[in-house]
Amino acid sequence: MKFMMFVCSDSEPDEDKSDDIERWVADVDGNGRRVLGSALAAPESATTVRVRKGELLLSDGPFTETKEVIVGFDILECEHLDEAIEIARAHPMARLGQLELRPFLDLDHASDD
Amino acid sequence: MTDPRSAAASVEAAAAGAHERIVAVLIRVTGDWTLAEDCTQEALAQALERWPRDGVPANPEGWLMTVARNRATDVLRRASVERRKLRELAALSLTGPDVPAARENAAENVEDDRLRLIFTCCHPALALEARVALTLRTVCGVPTADIARAFLVSESAMTRRLTRARRKIADAGIPFQVPGGEALAERLPGVLGVLYLLFTRGYDADGEPAFAEEAIRLTRLLRTLLPQQAAVSGLLALLLLQHSRRAARRDRDGRLVRLDRQDRSRWDRALIDEGLQALARSRADEPYGLQARIAACHATAASPESVDWAAIAGWYDVLARIQPSPIVALNRAVAHGYAHGPRVGLGLLAEARAGGKLDDHPLAVAAQADLTERVGDRDRAADLFRQAAASADGEPERRALLDRAAELTAAVATASPRLFGDARPGGRDDRPTER
Repeated sequence: MKFMMFVCSDSEPDEDKSDDIERWVADVDGNGRRVLGSALAAPESATTVRVRKGELLLSDGPFTETKEVIVGFDILECEHLDEAIEIARAHPMARLGQLELRPFLDLDHASDD
Repeated sequence: MTDPRSAAASVEAAAAGAHERIVAVLIRVTGDWTLAEDCTQEALAQALERWPRDGVPANPEGWLMTVARNRATDVLRRASVERRKLRELAALSLTGPDVPAARENAAENVEDDRLRLIFTCCHPALALEARVALTLRTVCGVPTADIARAFLVSESAMTRRLTRARRKIADAGIPFQVPGGEALAERLPGVLGVLYLLFTRGYDADGEPAFAEEAIRLTRLLRTLLPQQAAVSGLLALLLLQHSRRAARRDRDGRLVRLDRQDRSRWDRALIDEGLQALARSRADEPYGLQARIAACHATAASPESVDWAAIAGWYDVLARIQPSPIVALNRAVAHGYAHGPRVGLGLLAEARAGGKLDDHPLAVAAQADLTERVGDRDRAADLFRQAAASADGEPERRALLDRAAELTAAVATASPRLFGDARPGGRDDRPTER
């Protein structure tokens, strides 16, 4: 199953500030667990797009104004959540920030109860 | 024709333990938690209906498994879901417990499935309350209404909570597996935490006594399945030693009886022995093993006067180091108060409460009251007991504290050294803290 891993900042990072992102990337690309991933430009560069009553509405900045911001993403291909957690915990941003794992919605098997 | 009552008893006997085995197997094969639970319930309901009429089958659990499996097959066939699941369900009949040749192998798989089920219900990606509720519902087969009552929510709210938990398992990709290697050691404390919480839900004043029994049953099972894990032995020892006092913990009016006033002849010797055996395989460097050692100090003392408080104080010193918390600090102060005198206890209690920690905590105030009484300041002690009663977290606890205040202010108060009872912090000194 595919997971979107949002890489976010956090106001309370760990004391261990070491950043070995190259090794993480080499690992997940090497074992085929990463479909795609990238860091993103600063949130100030974001443009939010909406259409209301047919009219295009653009606004400057991200769609939520919070202290924690999305700074990157990775799409992971994993057997299950536990495997995705193991991959996420090795990412330096697990210490320096926080990661959100969100499975792709499986339209064939989505629970409907 | 079988007596309906004995048939009902047979269903109950077969259901105990069988429920989680059947549910676990069906979940592994179908991946559908709701289906697995519903089909297991239906099999049990059919047994209640048929066994009184047709007699109890030779292999009750095999019968239940077959009925549940057939039901699941019907449902899946009607929904025409994946062929693979249907094939696996069909294969179950060949490896089911009623085929001798495959029995040994199948038994091993079933054990694995139960372990998978417990670890999945206790997955840390689920909220703690959801883990406890799901364990009760899916592993123990406790009716949703009973769980709702214990959690003080409506049945529909509990149904929603369970539905949300099952959906999260499916949608988030929580695997039906026992973590391997290092991950097992990492996840085990979370599982034990759920079992302990389950136990306290049964142990507390307003709890469901059956939950405590279930917690013990599952911990015994876990110990059988994971014999190398010392923390499981530690938890089992702790639960058994605490549970051994269940018959003596309350008087006829339901009031909590202090540990030193409990009728020790009503402590369950068999549970104490089993607890001590488990204790021998536990370790003193993890919280459950330590708390079990403290409980054992009480359980093995022939009288309240012979309790080895110095040993208890020593174990609390270790516990305060490896799992520091305000409550552990409080209990440590109480233990030292008995081991080394109330003034030492009051000193440690002041440390424990420094910086406003434990402020308004009824157990902290009650501990201070008890130590103050033993220092000899009876008026202040009575005030403190009343203060503790005002913020007590249950009616029996509140009454016990008021009784203490009344005793102190009574005209013919006979001073006697007192030990803490089960009703108050010292009494809970052998009770682990919430993790």
